[in-house]
Amino acid sequence: MYNFTFHRPTTVRQAAGLLARNPEAKLLAGGHSLLPVMKLRLANPSALIDLSLVEGLSGVEQKGRSIVIGAMTRHADAANSPVLQQVLPGLASVPASIGDPQVRNRGTIGGSIANNDPNADYPAACLGLGATIITNKRRIAADDFFTGMFSTALEEGEIIAKVSFPIAKKAAYEKFKHPASGFALVGVFVSKRGADIRVAVTGAGASGVFRVKSFEEALKKRFAAKSLEGMTIPASGMNSDIHASAEYRAHLVGVLARRALVKATA
Amino acid sequence: MPAVSMTVNGKAVTGDVEARTLLVQFLRENLRLTGTHVGCDTSQCGACVVHIDGIAAKSCTTLALQCEGAKVTTIEGLAEPNGPLHPMQEAFRENHGLQCGFCTPGMIMAALDIVRRRGNDLDEHTIREQLDGNICRCTGYHNIVKAIAAGAKAMAKGGAHQAAE
Repeated sequence: MYNFTFHRPTTVRQAAGLLARNPEAKLLAGGHSLLPVMKLRLANPSALIDLSLVEGLSGVEQKGRSIVIGAMTRHADAANSPVLQQVLPGLASVPASIGDPQVRNRGTIGGSIANNDPNADYPAACLGLGATIITNKRRIAADDFFTGMFSTALEEGEIIAKVSFPIAKKAAYEKFKHPASGFALVGVFVSKRGADIRVAVTGAGASGVFRVKSFEEALKKRFAAKSLEGMTIPASGMNSDIHASAEYRAHLVGVLARRALVKATA
Repeated sequence: MPAVSMTVNGKAVTGDVEARTLLVQFLRENLRLTGTHVGCDTSQCGACVVHIDGIAAKSCTTLALQCEGAKVTTIEGLAEPNGPLHPMQEAFRENHGLQCGFCTPGMIMAALDIVRRRGNDLDEHTIREQLDGNICRCTGYHNIVKAIAAGAKAMAKGGAHQAAE
């Protein structure tokens, strides 16, 4: 890993100031995506701005009809949050499925969505629930936030503060784990909140997380696995690598969507 | 070079490190605490697991500077020199929970974190699932699982619910 300067601000304003003064800087949350990439010398930031001492960025709370998760909330803390488990267990199951226990002790929701790894789990939950990403500058709808593989709508100097998820009556996540890494080979998040029906897929698309409009349309009649019987999506635009072909990933999208629906409607 | 200070195994330590120094490097090279191992160096194998403020983490994927002011416990901090082993260490010895021994420090530090999160009465399924982040290349999992179940029970009896941290 190349060397860098290290900063530990205690407020978001300080962190933003450091970002503005160091154009090649990167924000450090849990570090479990960024540090491995730096070890491989695929990233070479001039400075790391550690957010762990910034107050007010952690915690899970219910605010009206939403669940708000602070950007620095560790996966283990989100997964074990009693309020989240009670009002939106489908979302609690997402951080519970990430990596291994030690990784969940460090990794954060803000780091996961800012990185937007095409195989990450949280992007599917954000898109699958219609979350709002709240930064130090504005509110961004999940539909506008994820703009492609490892790419987001975040601008220079913008810092994620929290993510607000509407509490959907029915919501569930199903993933096919890569057996070694635990990453989602394919993961599907489904939800229904009134007339708003969402099916979001991670791991499969060559441009990162995406919604399956054909499935959402079919589920309008009845929000159940049966409504998707025999349905698949085309393999074009799917990832293909040594782990799985595009056809296999496309097939898994249908299978996992039906499994998620069984869970969501149980 | 930036200075870093933290408490390691109950002792205040300081050192001058490059910003890119990993916690595991600081422990092994600066403090000569070589019980914490580097296996894969890619946050998968768990040989480098230590406790940071009481919570298990992979020290190969943590910067030393991120631990400024933290309390770190390594395998060396579980028992007094020449004193009796920690009940979890004793359980690994008793159950032959190691073959080559390379993964053992990480296994034991991960095992203590399982006890912290799941209590002292652990079934085999829970232990195997919770050991997701620790790899034994001798594939000696069977006795490791037995050792953790026994160690967790022994900790309840001895009142040692946690490592000395």
